[in-house]
Amino acid sequence: MSKSIEVNDLNVFYSDFLAVEDVSMNIEPRTVTAFIGPSGCGKSTFLRTLNRMHEVIPGATVKGSVYIDGENLYAPGVDPVLVRRQVGMVFQRPNPFPTMSIKENVLAGVRLNNKRISASDANDLVEKSLRGANLWNEVKDRLDKPGAGLSGGQQQRLCIARTIAVSPQVVLMDEPCSALDPISTFAIEELITELKNEFTIVIVTHNMQQASRVSDKTAFFNIAGTGKPGKLIEYADTATIFTSPKEQATEDYVSGRFG
Amino acid sequence: MTAVTSAPATAPSISLTSGQLPRWIEPALAIGTAVVVAAVLLVIQLFNPAVWLILTAVFYLIAISVGSGIVEGRRKAVDRVVRGLVVCAFVLAVAPLISTLWTVVAQGLKVLTWDFVTKPGGSVFDPNTLAVTNTPGALQAVVGTLIITGIAALISVPIGILAAVYLTEYALPSNPLRRVITFLVDVMTGIPSIVAGLFAFSLFALIVGPKAFSGFSASIALCVLMIPIVIRSTEEMIRLVPNELREASLALGVPRATTIIKVVLRTAASGIVTGVVLAVARVVGETAPIFIAASFTDNFNADPFSGPMQTLPVMAYTAYSFPGKDIEASQAQAWGAALLLVIVVVIFNLIARIVAKAFAPKSR
Repeated sequence: MSKSIEVNDLNVFYSDFLAVEDVSMNIEPRTVTAFIGPSGCGKSTFLRTLNRMHEVIPGATVKGSVYIDGENLYAPGVDPVLVRRQVGMVFQRPNPFPTMSIKENVLAGVRLNNKRISASDANDLVEKSLRGANLWNEVKDRLDKPGAGLSGGQQQRLCIARTIAVSPQVVLMDEPCSALDPISTFAIEELITELKNEFTIVIVTHNMQQASRVSDKTAFFNIAGTGKPGKLIEYADTATIFTSPKEQATEDYVSGRFG
Repeated sequence: MTAVTSAPATAPSISLTSGQLPRWIEPALAIGTAVVVAAVLLVIQLFNPAVWLILTAVFYLIAISVGSGIVEGRRKAVDRVVRGLVVCAFVLAVAPLISTLWTVVAQGLKVLTWDFVTKPGGSVFDPNTLAVTNTPGALQAVVGTLIITGIAALISVPIGILAAVYLTEYALPSNPLRRVITFLVDVMTGIPSIVAGLFAFSLFALIVGPKAFSGFSASIALCVLMIPIVIRSTEEMIRLVPNELREASLALGVPRATTIIKVVLRTAASGIVTGVVLAVARVVGETAPIFIAASFTDNFNADPFSGPMQTLPVMAYTAYSFPGKDIEASQAQAWGAALLLVIVVVIFNLIARIVAKAFAPKSR
């Protein structure tokens, strides 16, 4: 249920503007990889190229290749819709569908794709996904209530349940805790360590403690200045990045002496 | 009173208290002024509701500004005067509305019976006695209104919603076609309805020859008026759907078309329905284009493709402008049609509210 990711010489553009330059990295299956770096350095942009969400923005293009278990996402003829069914994504702000109940939100990936699912299978899937997202006990008595009525942290876990309900190989998380309080953040970090057993996880975070707590490997991105492309500065084991990084820029950033 | 407003000499520091008029002063003063003004006007025998209300407002504003200025100071006086002015503006805005409704209901109720709604009206000429008997009835107009507006809605709503989807979801801001459509929609929203009527009539005159009156051509005229309204309101509603929902859906591997139908349109459904029904309510009262395209008739005609067709606004207009022998009865018919029209619009609005509520995103 999890796959490796191999990125080769990836350049990401918004129209003519080069946003991320020349990134290459290998991500092992069943690991958590954290992307850290200052705002605007292209972490989220790069993350969105891993499930072809980048091109949803008008004018956005990508050069290079991303292999998921040997299959190039950017080969001609690849259907982005099929890619996104393999590589799920959790966003910065919790975004449950406001017209759907908690249960319908979890089943959204199935129902929106017009797949037939029997009532008992649906109930099993809802329970499994919500348990997987550590939300089942909190919402099991109000599955038919609107998803928008939950607290921010619960909504974010609902979005994670929705993502894992379609059983992807990889889960991308774009600052999943930045809108949450410390307790909800802790709940989601716990969840990430559990999800690691089944999924390959890539997480963008601004919180370096979070990166050091949850991730196996860390990639540090930086930007030379406004208008310059973001670059991958260093990619290594999380322990190495936070204790003995090779690059001076990484050390400055993780030790708070950035700039 | 003066002791409160003037700063205490012993404590030059800032005081947090100030003079205050009691809470009931505004309504009490307004009623008091109204009573006094009414009494004075009655005494000098110039009583007239309009003069009474205007003088009451003027004297109330003067009294409250002076009184509050003395007791509470300048800032609160200004606040109270402005509040009074705002209430006056509100009353001015609502008065014509209530007056219109009152007149329509009062005049219309005289003829509005169950028979008026369920029987076609008209005049019967008896060649033996040379007498013309008029029977009041609006069934032909009710049916005509529903058919003409219904066909117009059936044509405009899909076109309007799909055009709005194209403008918001598919066309990039730089797309020249999008700019052309947006410009044309803006222009079309301002088209005088009579022009739409002439357009539809001449179009059908070209197709089926002279005497091209038909309910369907009136529907086409209404479409010309309705499509831009539907596009505009739908476009705004779709733009309100947060982009995050589209991304959430796309990231689940949902194709774009399905995302638009099941997430974007579903989330905006409540607003779209409201906009559509308001557009229908707007064209249901159109007179000029229907008068030109469908003409008018007292005969019952439920076939939109041949012959003149009556609608409620046209019935009100013709009954008033071209009355029969019994002028009083014709005018009563006009009021009845007007009241029926108001009732139809109210029903549409109620339906819109109920449907919009059913579709609205819930948070509890």
